[in-house]
Amino acid sequence: MKTTSYSRPWQSVERVLPIVILTLYAIIALFPIVMVLMNSFKAKKAIFGAPFTFPSSETFSLIGYETVAERATFHLYFLNSAIITSVALILTLFIGAMAAWALAEYDFPGNTLMALYLSLGIMIPIRLGTVGILRLMVDLKLVNTLTGLILIYVAQSLPLTIFILSQFMRQVPRDLKDAARIDGASEYRIFGMVLPLVRPAIGAIGIFTMIPIWNDLWFPLIISPSAKTATVTLGVQQFLGQFVSDWNAVLASLTLAMVPILILYIVFSRQMIRSITAGAIK
Amino acid sequence: MQQTKRRSFPIHIVVFLAPAVLLYTVFMVIPLINSLRLSFFALGNQSQQTFVGLQNYIKLFTDNNFAPFFWRALRNNFVFFAVHMLVQNPIGLLLAALLAEGGRIRNFFRTVIFMPTVLSVVIIGFIWQLILNPLWGVAEGILESVGLGAWFGPWLGKPETALITVSLISVWQFVGIPMILFYAALIGIPEELMEAARVDGASAWEAFWRIKFPLILPTIGIVGILTFVGNFNAFDLIYTMKGANAGPDFSTDIMGTLFFRTFFGQQLQLGNPTMGATVAAMMFLIILTGVLLYTFLWARRVQTYEM
Repeated sequence: MKTTSYSRPWQSVERVLPIVILTLYAIIALFPIVMVLMNSFKAKKAIFGAPFTFPSSETFSLIGYETVAERATFHLYFLNSAIITSVALILTLFIGAMAAWALAEYDFPGNTLMALYLSLGIMIPIRLGTVGILRLMVDLKLVNTLTGLILIYVAQSLPLTIFILSQFMRQVPRDLKDAARIDGASEYRIFGMVLPLVRPAIGAIGIFTMIPIWNDLWFPLIISPSAKTATVTLGVQQFLGQFVSDWNAVLASLTLAMVPILILYIVFSRQMIRSITAGAIK
Repeated sequence: MQQTKRRSFPIHIVVFLAPAVLLYTVFMVIPLINSLRLSFFALGNQSQQTFVGLQNYIKLFTDNNFAPFFWRALRNNFVFFAVHMLVQNPIGLLLAALLAEGGRIRNFFRTVIFMPTVLSVVIIGFIWQLILNPLWGVAEGILESVGLGAWFGPWLGKPETALITVSLISVWQFVGIPMILFYAALIGIPEELMEAARVDGASAWEAFWRIKFPLILPTIGIVGILTFVGNFNAFDLIYTMKGANAGPDFSTDIMGTLFFRTFFGQQLQLGNPTMGATVAAMMFLIILTGVLLYTFLWARRVQTYEM
């Protein structure tokens, strides 16, 4: 083909340069993470003496993890985070799917207005209502409870979930629903039938809902700062504040906080990225 | 066509909508409205509320105890935003353009580069504190190895450099978001269009700016507004790295940290819910202005091409 008018060396530069740039950037992205993971398994001397090498049989040490196991109640933090995230996630997805279905399927007066009202929360961050939320939580006696956090996170996650899911539900073929209606299925039955059809979208939204909840510092800090209800993010933040000078413990706790999310990400990254590129989030 | 069933309002629609509307209204909308309302009140000694009109705002803009902090936080927040717009989003676009060619290696890079974005800001903050710590000397060691050792300084500790450093760390973490959004837009461009450009003898560089770039303008707007909202709502990174006082000398103070300090107080100053609500209301106004400008000035004018 005579499609390209430039000479050969330029062509090969054009082929190699992107890979070089991407490699360099991937190193920049990964390097700090790898440094922490790697050094968390070393004795203190090696952390400072040879920070850039992998742990060897001489430098290997679990002292940091031992300190963390003794001093911090990470298992409790993990449990709290797991409960909050999973309950909030399930509620968001189920309640969100119901609302999305109503908006997508039924043409009732006020539909557009309702959709607009529910999507305000996509752009307006819930944090701005913190003063009001804290007062509400005090009134409801939900300060320092996991329930309080769960309710906030459901409210926070609903707008985007409803917005995206209703777009997917509009794509469910009409015939299917009409056939069920002719057979006399109730609207609830039809909803139950449609739900599995949008499963990929639900999965993707699930991941996007989960990450900000798991990672949030603001609301645990303000609504549930007690040691009993602390999440991993808050627990790590406080633990690190106390142990700044114990490098082994700091590196070990950072690793512990990082690894679950990284594993989850690696397992689901394809699905997650595919869902964005499929136009789920635009 | 949707069927209209307009006799009495169908009960199942209410059942489907009620839980979401209820939770969203009770735990988000009403507290937000209450916060905004509280910014027009002051609390007395017995914590009774008295209506004070716009006095809290006047105080925030002019009082010596509030105004210097407010204006500094606002300015710092714009710097924070500018760094994201000038560094994060162009890098995101560059990476997306390179990734959009497709292929296995690129998919691997895509996964790796997005990785910091999924981690908690608290973790990222501490990691970078360690990396930049002169005691550990990792950053210094790397700069030395490429002959730039003299550049290194306690960037996080100096008022002149702390804000830019923190902003760049945030850029490092969140570059994955513009990257993935641009990437999604770029791979949506039909191959035939690029094919046609190639036949016309356009180089890859020309084809990108002449064809792809105009097509992804809507995404540029979305990335811009998401950056704006995210930045004016930021808090975690600065709180983690520099504490509620956003040191050194308040040089990294942004609206989020100012809100937190005003609401909860700090060592020398008592917490003040109504002034906190006023700061939050200002954040609300700033974000709302951004969203409205985006909706009416950008989204309306930029043509979305059906692809």
